Amino acid sequence: MQMNRPDDLGAPPMVVVGAGPAGVRAAQTLLRHGVRPVIVDEAALPGGQIYRQGAAPRGHARQRYGFEWKRAQAIHAAGADLAARADYRAATAVWNAAPGSLDLIRDGELETLAYSRLLLATGATDRVLPFPGWTLPGVYSLGGAQIALKSQGCVFGPRIVFAGTGPLLYLVAYQYARAGAQVLAVLDQASLGGQVRATPALLSQPGMLAKGLYYLGWLRARGVSVHHNAQLDAAQGDSRVETVRATIGGQSCAFACDALAVGHGLRAETQLADLLDCAFDFDAGQRAWLPRRDPDGRSSAASVYLAGDGAGIGGAVMAELAGERAALAMLADSGIAVSVARVRSLARRQAKWARFRRGLDQAFPLPAAGCDDSVMVCRCEEVRAGTLRAAAEQYAIDDLNRLKALTRIGMGLCQGRMCQAGAAELLADCRGLALADIGRLRGQAPVKPLNLAMLGGVEP
Amino acid sequence: MNPLKTEVAIIGAGLVGASAALALRRMGVATALIDSGASGARASGVNFGGVRRQGRSIEQLYLAQRAHGIWSRLPELIGTDAEYVRSGHLKLARTESDLDKLRAYRDKVSDFDLGLEIIDAAELRRRFPALGPGLAGGSLCPQDGQANPRLVAPAFAHAAARAGAHLLEHCAITQSDTQGEDFLLTAADGRRIRAATVINAAGAWGAAVARGFGDDLPLQVKYPTMLVTEPLAPQIGVSLGVEGGGFYARQVTRGNVVMGGGYGVALPGDRSRPGRAALAELGRTAPAILPALACASVIRCWSGIEGYFSDKNPVIGFSPRVPRLLHAFGFSGGGFQIAPAVGEVIAEMATGRGGLMMAEKFSVSRWDAAAQAA
Repeated sequence: MQMNRPDDLGAPPMVVVGAGPAGVRAAQTLLRHGVRPVIVDEAALPGGQIYRQGAAPRGHARQRYGFEWKRAQAIHAAGADLAARADYRAATAVWNAAPGSLDLIRDGELETLAYSRLLLATGATDRVLPFPGWTLPGVYSLGGAQIALKSQGCVFGPRIVFAGTGPLLYLVAYQYARAGAQVLAVLDQASLGGQVRATPALLSQPGMLAKGLYYLGWLRARGVSVHHNAQLDAAQGDSRVETVRATIGGQSCAFACDALAVGHGLRAETQLADLLDCAFDFDAGQRAWLPRRDPDGRSSAASVYLAGDGAGIGGAVMAELAGERAALAMLADSGIAVSVARVRSLARRQAKWARFRRGLDQAFPLPAAGCDDSVMVCRCEEVRAGTLRAAAEQYAIDDLNRLKALTRIGMGLCQGRMCQAGAAELLADCRGLALADIGRLRGQAPVKPLNLAMLGGVEP
Repeated sequence: MNPLKTEVAIIGAGLVGASAALALRRMGVATALIDSGASGARASGVNFGGVRRQGRSIEQLYLAQRAHGIWSRLPELIGTDAEYVRSGHLKLARTESDLDKLRAYRDKVSDFDLGLEIIDAAELRRRFPALGPGLAGGSLCPQDGQANPRLVAPAFAHAAARAGAHLLEHCAITQSDTQGEDFLLTAADGRRIRAATVINAAGAWGAAVARGFGDDLPLQVKYPTMLVTEPLAPQIGVSLGVEGGGFYARQVTRGNVVMGGGYGVALPGDRSRPGRAALAELGRTAPAILPALACASVIRCWSGIEGYFSDKNPVIGFSPRVPRLLHAFGFSGGGFQIAPAVGEVIAEMATGRGGLMMAEKFSVSRWDAAAQAA
């Protein structure tokens, strides 16, 4: 039986945006305490990006989710339970937000949803950095390559090269090889030395470290060449990628292939936190601006909470812990009793995972961008590195928004979600400034493109 | 630290201030161009980008005609055309009575050689097939046009700097004193500027600057709401407006359609957001006028911060109280096209070289006169 909670008194509901690991655990926690939340998620099924579900999955879950298949299934089951018992809005996007309310769109219908408390568990996307040939057909982000596998059951290739950095590099290469792709090489930009030095921190989660080493060993055992200190130079080809060029140990190498999957780390999806006026701080490890949060997940904005990769990359397990903890904070802040012991237990596990995360960051440091003037940085507006650098010099630009105004970078369909990281790296580099000193693009609605005529359905 | 000594200090590096600075430098006058942020980053940089004479009052048309000549010389003046094109401006009439108003306007401004052409409903559909049904006609000003607002004012400011003006960006003036016959301006970071003449071209913040000097002007601040679509196939070359206002649109070379109408809301920290009601109105109006827009995706919406006076005219004139303080702000949503001419005119006024046609319409004291008459 539902207890007499604020939502029964006609007050707006508590709302969770995102049904990945953080959002699902948070919503479940609210429900357990007698609060029936609204969950808003862009996907048709719960799971987020990491545990994305296809409409008609083929094969064993293990093939899609690797060693994490049990965690994935647990999140799917919890999500299905939420769909039955809470107000679960699947296939619904939040396109705008203002303090106290969200603007939703679902099947072309707009709705403004008021919230009493809001958890943003908006997840992450690939951090894309430009390099020669990155816009060629056949070049994919690592996350995109993984989504094709998880939601469509298909692989890019058949001959595919994996390049860049991050723990996902080995996982996705492994998943692709298991799914029948011909993985030609894994080109890890990070050094082996750094990964060895990170081992003590990574040993804080020996199970996870073991899985990572397993993927690596499995790939090597099947003859996949894995290179460290490998610098991706270019993707080349006439109408699509035919050759990947890299420098490995000072030697130029070429791989004839059909596809290239590139990972340069992940970036938090922070637009809603920005539209809600949350304070942001620069995070040197993630080379990005992240919404400020206290250990419980409270943002600087009233009644807005943050959890999961959308508030800073921490991985799926961290997201589950942070999601539950933020929900407990939402409850406690509403005067609903929560278990202090549970909060402490979550805090302890978060601390342990944070140590592991620092190890990962040490093992796979995020690369900066450096590319010659001819490389396209903003593909929506077709702005090349040279244009960007020329404007930066001519107008002594020291701010990313100024660069946007004067060059159009970040003004296209993706609104900078793809090009901001690369543009920021290039601007800071060519002006001799720290990345932290050039600011970040202001968030502007809509968060994703929105049909104009549908806007007309909004009631004043 | 000694103050920077200059002849004219301009507060506000928007299009008015920046073009005044360039004009002053071309006359050889020592000039400092000061902005609390970056040049042209406020209303000058985020406005709709219509370069339109049609629809302006007689008193503004003197400035508009002068500006018309300046816009065509941008490459030689500031080193870029800022994407300025004389695409034409078409003002639409939804009803016969609106079309009559457009005819009456054409007759009223016939001395100004705008080349206005009244187009009836059938002709409108023939010449502009992208337009939706139900329009009564329109008035075309073939030589009006559009430009990229993000580029114009920064280019003026930097051209002024290249011509020798001191461009002081991120320099918020917080205090004004007198030193001898001169003004002594002090910025938040301690920088000081000593000048014989001050031009207040601070846009939506103009009234606050004026108040600092003891001039109280009835400026209203509003937040025009605009949005831009994804690139579309070419629909219409002319910039569009509607008799009675409330909607304006243009398609840029890349194919995006930029449009606006209605107002947004203020946010803390001198920021603003588009209004939900204004966006909804655009969602209804735009596809009715350009049916292809019904399928278009909006990729961004935004709002600027703009100062308005109730008679829709800016103040352009000397302070009645403080000698050698010249105000030029409050362009009421229509400053972009005339700004380069206003810059030249106030440069002439500041140096005693010239004046303004129908100056009483822009006078800083016009409300005092109205009050006395009442």
